Amino acid sequence: MAEMIKLLSGNEALALGAYHAGVEVAAAYPGTPSTEILESIARFDDIYAEWSTNEKVAMEVALGASYAGVRALVSMKHVGLNVASDPFIAASTTGVGAGMVVVTADDPGMHSSQNEQDSRHYARLAKVPVLEPGDSQEAYELMAHAFDISEKFDTPVLVRLTTRLSHSKSVVKTDRERVVPDRTVGFQRDVAKRVMVPAYARLRHPAVEERLLKLATFAETMPLNQVLWGDRGLGVISSSVAYQYAREVLPRVSFLKLGMVYPLPENLIRYFAVQVDRLVVIEELDPFLEESIRAMGISVMGKEFIPRVGELNPDIIEDGLRRIGLLNEAVAPPGLKITPGLPKRPPLLCPGCPHAGFFFVISRLGKRSRTPKSRGKTAGETGLVITGDIGCYTLGAYPPLNAMDTCACMGASIGQALGMAKAGTSQRVVAVIGDSTFLHSGITPLVDAVYNGGNMTVVILDNGTTAMTGHQHHPGTGVSAQGKEARAVKLEDIVRGVGVDDVRVVSAFNIRDIRNALRSSLDSPGLSVIIVRGPCAVRAPKQARPRVINAEKCNQCQLCLLIGCPAIRREGERIYIDPASCVGDACGLCEQVCPQQAIAPQSGVAVPA
Amino acid sequence: MKKFDLLVTGVGGQGVILASNIIGEVALAAGYDVKKTDTLGMAQRGGSVVSHVRLGRGVYSPLIKAGEVDIMLAFEKLEAARWSHYLHPGAVAVVNNYAQFPLSVNLGDETYPGDDEIVNILKRSTKRIYLIDATSRVEALGNLRTLNVFLLGCASVFLPLKIRVWQDIISQRVPPGVQKLNITAFNRGRKEMRRVYLRQSATEHGAGVVDTEDVRGGSRA
Ligand SMILES: Cc1ncc(C[n+]2csc(CCOP(=O)(O)OP(=O)(O)O)c2C)c(N)n1
Repeated sequence: MAEMIKLLSGNEALALGAYHAGVEVAAAYPGTPSTEILESIARFDDIYAEWSTNEKVAMEVALGASYAGVRALVSMKHVGLNVASDPFIAASTTGVGAGMVVVTADDPGMHSSQNEQDSRHYARLAKVPVLEPGDSQEAYELMAHAFDISEKFDTPVLVRLTTRLSHSKSVVKTDRERVVPDRTVGFQRDVAKRVMVPAYARLRHPAVEERLLKLATFAETMPLNQVLWGDRGLGVISSSVAYQYAREVLPRVSFLKLGMVYPLPENLIRYFAVQVDRLVVIEELDPFLEESIRAMGISVMGKEFIPRVGELNPDIIEDGLRRIGLLNEAVAPPGLKITPGLPKRPPLLCPGCPHAGFFFVISRLGKRSRTPKSRGKTAGETGLVITGDIGCYTLGAYPPLNAMDTCACMGASIGQALGMAKAGTSQRVVAVIGDSTFLHSGITPLVDAVYNGGNMTVVILDNGTTAMTGHQHHPGTGVSAQGKEARAVKLEDIVRGVGVDDVRVVSAFNIRDIRNALRSSLDSPGLSVIIVRGPCAVRAPKQARPRVINAEKCNQCQLCLLIGCPAIRREGERIYIDPASCVGDACGLCEQVCPQQAIAPQSGVAVPA
Repeated sequence: MKKFDLLVTGVGGQGVILASNIIGEVALAAGYDVKKTDTLGMAQRGGSVVSHVRLGRGVYSPLIKAGEVDIMLAFEKLEAARWSHYLHPGAVAVVNNYAQFPLSVNLGDETYPGDDEIVNILKRSTKRIYLIDATSRVEALGNLRTLNVFLLGCASVFLPLKIRVWQDIISQRVPPGVQKLNITAFNRGRKEMRRVYLRQSATEHGAGVVDTEDVRGGSRA
């Protein structure tokens, strides 16, 4: 095969690496920054790729495929590994069949996540090896190692990315082709190794411990761990993208660059440490390497000058090194700081978003939003609690809607609502959850609410896609990850099927219907489910006739601004609708909301391109 | 091989990421090592977007250090001001003379800075500021989606990368059917940049010390 040189993101490179390494089954649940791994791999039609309902299922699908003798890949964001941790640790206990690689992408800096965990800690918990690439080329190459290690040591292998690696593009050279190991596919019965009843699990634990020792020996000479000699006055141990930042700031010192960060190569680290005058560890988030190295009795500095919190960058590393006197004085600190006080630009619900109408209604019912004229008055106490979940709709927590009170992790809204109701609060509790999130982890808590009799309202915002992570298909959409027609799971069938009697389906663009459904649900005791349905505005084709505000009829009450639609704008006293942003007949929420009937379709306007 | 650190910024939906991808691919074709990285919040549209693009002989960090950007290409004025501290003195700032108000401004909770304020913020970093009426020019061309390619035309004037390669990569990266339109937008962008540059250097003597070679051709490499 001819050499290929391409600019690839870490995710794309990793997918290509897995493909060339002969992966045959790939499963994932979307999650920024990991999503494009499965999206890239799904384009190869000689492998099977699926969006699973959640990460736990994805892990089990990969494990099953591995047991059956094909190389399998499963990818997820960092919090996805929390969801999948049970089968992950089980996979470590049983070992694998053919190679199984688990990719998790951490999000230092929380660009799009609810926490900032360092998933390398799972290595210790699950007792599995962890590999970390430093750029796209390494991500590509590391996949071949990962599958080989998995098979050689009979273990799942964890590959840890971070947002900066997943979403940076760098040059990848390949001269390999896809090689699929020549094996017969089929599960071979081996009860002692596959059936983890205590008697057999007890046999596995020593095997796992022995495996770790062998892996540590392997780490000493494996090619992803490299010493790069420079000036021996300072030695830096680093991995992942932190290595790139450190190298940028310290181009002339010595490095021990680790591609395999668990288990650690103790002899190699000692060999490096004794040859440098001072030793530091530069790593993002937790002192994962540093604490292990210190436990070896080696004197090392790390988190004294590198923050544990947030994403690193070369400036932060330079700053830290300067503070402990390890930076050449010639490097001046940057002169300017970010200009304070500029208006921020947080993410928004889009014009025509099907979530906006519901949030407008509940925000008004719950007295969460107020027009300027009523702003002086004290907030009304309505006794309404809105437990929330994760998706685009979490943006309903922001002004002007202010319509979400909790957001913990995917699927939490329904269980939290039940807990609040059972705690005996007199407040009426409403759980708000998206369609993809409901399928991911909302069904089991709903069953709990049916079983244990929860007094609550559950609202499923069904926009027919997993919007937040870039519009992936899910079991409700009727299309597979590889674009094939699939059987669509109907939300109302699930809800009725598990025993909810009071189920309503309303259009996301009909304010009156939403209000009526919500009011009657709030007024009646027991459990009710409202499905608010309307297509995601980014995917629905834009329609004719943007709305316009008739300036003569408009009395500047500003109620329309409380929808939070970015197309509705204010300039001084004048409120207007940007015709290029308005989705027109596809939405029409503002027209329904205006008490003056000042908003109407602009007739005779062509469909914007 | 001179290094170039570029910062491309704007608002989600304006085509910032495609633009920075194209710069990276053109540079790769010209033999540079390239790293580029995007930072975009969680939403699809409407949030701040910034891409770092680094070209050189060998690039380690995908992120540029503050104060080291050579060329800023801003699709929106407020975003230009937001990232201005990344520029080094003497850096080039190509700024689309276009404001897109954040929701907080629409709701009257914050005020959008005036043009003078934005220019003053930028001036703390560099004098070589070029305000381009890209959005209105592109609107006149008939398709707002070519904004990113028009602005690439502007930036291309300051980069030693061959026009043919720009045009090839742009044709590969934009949807079929609008290739010609995009090439026209790219060429117009180059032309507009040169016009603004010449006018500005005529009035503000010595403000922007760009080699005229760069400005005229950019095709030396
Ligand atoms: C365990 C876990 N997996 C994945 C994610 C990433 N993620 C955040 S929201 C979301 C799904 C959103 O889809 P949906 O519920 O349909 O809401 P929408 O964005 O379409 O409004 C995903 C996959 C996460 N936060 N946690």
